[in-house]
Amino acid sequence: MMGKTIELVCPAGTPAALRVAVDAGADAVYCGFRDETNARNFPGLNFSRDELREAIGYAHGRGCKVLVAINTFPRAGSVGIWRAAVDDAVRSAADALILCDVGLLDYAATRHPETRLHLSVQAAAATPEAIRFYTEAFGVKRVVLPRVLTVAEIAGINSAIDCETEVFVFGGLCVMAEGRCSLSSYATGKSPNMNGVCSPPSHVTYHEEGEELVPRLGGFTINRIPRAEPAAYPTLCKGRFATAKCSGYIFEEPASLNAGALLPGLAKAGVTALKIEGRQRGRAYISAVVKAFRQALDAMAEGRSVDLDRLLALAEGQTSTQGAYAKTWR
Amino acid sequence: MPNAPQLPALLTSAMRLLPTKPLELALSRLMISTAQRHPDLFDRLGPHAERTIAIAPTDVPVVFLLRPSRDAPGVDVRPDGPMPACDAMITGPVFALVDLAEGRLDGDALFFSRDIRIEGDVEAVLALRNALDGEGLDLVAEVMAPLGALAGGPERAGRRCIELLRTVIQATAPREAAR
Repeated sequence: MMGKTIELVCPAGTPAALRVAVDAGADAVYCGFRDETNARNFPGLNFSRDELREAIGYAHGRGCKVLVAINTFPRAGSVGIWRAAVDDAVRSAADALILCDVGLLDYAATRHPETRLHLSVQAAAATPEAIRFYTEAFGVKRVVLPRVLTVAEIAGINSAIDCETEVFVFGGLCVMAEGRCSLSSYATGKSPNMNGVCSPPSHVTYHEEGEELVPRLGGFTINRIPRAEPAAYPTLCKGRFATAKCSGYIFEEPASLNAGALLPGLAKAGVTALKIEGRQRGRAYISAVVKAFRQALDAMAEGRSVDLDRLLALAEGQTSTQGAYAKTWR
Repeated sequence: MPNAPQLPALLTSAMRLLPTKPLELALSRLMISTAQRHPDLFDRLGPHAERTIAIAPTDVPVVFLLRPSRDAPGVDVRPDGPMPACDAMITGPVFALVDLAEGRLDGDALFFSRDIRIEGDVEAVLALRNALDGEGLDLVAEVMAPLGALAGGPERAGRRCIELLRTVIQATAPREAAR
């Protein structure tokens, strides 16, 4: 029996997805506004102000928290929409704001001192010193750790800080340090850090050429996928390239994170919350993944384990990895 | 790998004998009434509501040209063949496409498994997928909605028929990979 209850933090790209996540057993749901203030700024996704208020009412009525991600970096001269997002999220009774920009953290801490602040993974705070800066300067209560740490390194960080930590356990996986990756910018002029979109769909095309699926990003061919292979997101970091030294997936193979087998280790490492990635995914994904991890956490509390391999069909490239937690990356 | 069940080839061939005009009229009416019942769909679609998106089931011998326009929504039904003039096209087994529209299957997962294919304006396709998923459409309920209070019986019957067909196809139909 584990002593401490771990919080399950789940994604929602629409109010309908939020209701599914709440009903499937999320302890908290994170979401964002329908603009460039959040890092999943895809067409048809995200919440209007009215939708957020209604969604928070639905979640609170069922004992679930709502965390609002305002986790892109404001453009110089246009900070207004980021500040308005902070004000509107607070007014909507959000349980916490997930922020990454120091200017916006300062604004939120000064204007809304009673509001709980979480540090987004986009801030890439991966050392006790960096985390202490955010807790001391802005009163940040929780840090979402970058996906570059082993379980042992997470335990080390937790023993050296006095705020909560949240780690990703499932979903799409950045192989770069979030908040610092500009690969998408090089090909499209847009990045998740500034515009909320990695590989914006406006710059993506797919062509069937013979037996191959050919994705292009900003006009650059980034893969040729034979009919027998699963497809992947059209990101440069999961592209297949020929170089002078080798050919293939030179950064990382397409795969999704699944740290289901590491839950006891993460609990022992002192993690407060487990995060599922996927605000861009449909209700079917949200329902299946949240239910599976709810079941796994409940089983862990009773000293049992649950096999989460059944989620493989939902994974990018239909392949899963333990990512940096196991440090088998190149 | 592709795993969504396909309609039996015999059934697909038989459907070639059916006229497309009545289907086109019925689907256009369905589209108009759905648009009236779900105005939020257009907020999510934004400018992409004016795109024409071809829905091309691999196991039905027609292509549906969808115009989710706020002012003039409609559907054209064309015989299958070369890609028609459109902004984007989604291709896949008909039941996978229906399940995707109703949020029973995840679009990214269907794309990863190569059950569905996308060509053309990817942004418009994503907007449509996200708008439909966010709306939580129930197509049987939409078809029966014009019947108002009398919809209960036909709706239950319609659901039973579809579930039966789905069960038969799941049990008997070849997967695309096996074709």
